[in-house]
Amino acid sequence: MIWLDTLVQGILLGGLYALFAAGLSLVFGIMRLVNLAHGDLIILAAYLVLMGVTLLGLSPWIAALVAMPVMFALGWLLQTAVLNRVLGKDILPPLLVTFGLSVALQNGLLEAFSADSRRIPVGALEGASLDLGLVTVGIMPLMTFASAIVMIIALNALFYHTALGRAFRATSDDVVTAGLMGIEPKRIFAIATGIAMVVVTLAALYLGMRANFDPSIGPARLIYAFEAVIIGGLGSLWGTLAGGIIIGVAQTFGAALNPEWQILAGHIAFLAVMLLKPRGLFPRAVD
Amino acid sequence: MLETRGLTANYGQFRALFGVDISVAAGECVAIIGANGAGKSTLMRSITGVIGNEPGMVLHRGEPIGALSSAEIMKRGIAMVPEGRRLFPSLTVEENLLVGGQARKVPGPWNLDAVYDLFPILRERRKSPSTALSGGQQQMVAIGRALMSNPQLLLCDEISLGLAPVVIRDIYAALPRIREGGAAIVLVEQDIGKALAVADRVYCMMEGRVTLAARAAEVTREDIHSAYFGVAA
Repeated sequence: MIWLDTLVQGILLGGLYALFAAGLSLVFGIMRLVNLAHGDLIILAAYLVLMGVTLLGLSPWIAALVAMPVMFALGWLLQTAVLNRVLGKDILPPLLVTFGLSVALQNGLLEAFSADSRRIPVGALEGASLDLGLVTVGIMPLMTFASAIVMIIALNALFYHTALGRAFRATSDDVVTAGLMGIEPKRIFAIATGIAMVVVTLAALYLGMRANFDPSIGPARLIYAFEAVIIGGLGSLWGTLAGGIIIGVAQTFGAALNPEWQILAGHIAFLAVMLLKPRGLFPRAVD
Repeated sequence: MLETRGLTANYGQFRALFGVDISVAAGECVAIIGANGAGKSTLMRSITGVIGNEPGMVLHRGEPIGALSSAEIMKRGIAMVPEGRRLFPSLTVEENLLVGGQARKVPGPWNLDAVYDLFPILRERRKSPSTALSGGQQQMVAIGRALMSNPQLLLCDEISLGLAPVVIRDIYAALPRIREGGAAIVLVEQDIGKALAVADRVYCMMEGRVTLAARAAEVTREDIHSAYFGVAA
């Protein structure tokens, strides 16, 4: 039953990758902005949660709840003060700005927190598991996956059942006409980036509780997030979860064959999907 | 209510409007006619802030609005039915209508029910994606979407373009009811007959300038011919 176990672990790992990817997908979907600092922002949020735990003595969950509005504000500020100024027809300036932000964040985190690996302490929960007969699953991976599902349901409810969601989708379709409808695209972009940073904080919470992190690991998280978004097809959050699961399963099977193949197997799965379905598994009709 | 004073507009190096002066009074219907490329749509885009201007070039109730954003201008009660309809493809018919009214909530005659009464076919198709509609139905959505904000002024850019005559008739039949609701209307049209039949006043544009300003009932065929083509009939 080792194969079944590997499959289940891979699916659950996909939940973490979906959390990494959802914020990236949201920002790209609404403003066609590829945020190359996304992974580093996850790491920044992880340090923020860690500070809540170590300095304020909060539980990780409460620390994440406190960090979420802080990260929302940071996202709003980042969009308003920096990214809105460079968004336009040319996609290169925002790419360069977020690349620069990525480098600056990594160096800033290195300066503030050193290169030492850190982890958000969770106590007994860390090793807790649930025996399901055929397989045994860790409580933490299970919670990660459940959080990804809840987050996707919540974001979809926001998109499809609220006035703000309508404004998001209208702006994504046609910025000029959205303006004619009284929607301020720049304000919408700022709210979207703020929400993306709330999702980033949730991703950071699980990243930091499940594994060690240090200031340099952001870019690799960005790659996983990218791959999940592209496999899923741009603009579909359930597709992003499917993309995360495909990478997660490929990684666990790769690791089961040979521990050195874990990361490589994920990337190969990504390339294989791109060869078969260049627009991803669930592409949006209007893209 | 709305006035442009010496309005100019540029696309890069190319100047599209050369000192345009027009005015629209409350409740009035004004037609703007002219050949392709005369600057009619550019004028609409300038009034609605899609193309930026000097503040004093566009006045709304005497206040300069030329440098405001499209959203700020819309919130003042100037709604636009853009050329080509420009519905939001990922929104349903009803969502398109709702999006038109969500940024400006003022009391007035228009809401979902009133728009569905004006264009009953939209009620049947309200859950359809806007892309699944015929051209005429899409134009109805575009008009309804602009009405949802209960505007004081409705700018209609080429609402008959590309539609079958029978569909155009249905759409024009809605204009008197829109006026009854109190909104002034600016109609940008290439179909001169249609425009003159419903308008109180008419401006003709040619090469970025106003070449004729007259009462619709008084304008002659010769007036239009010379204003439209720059030569006497």
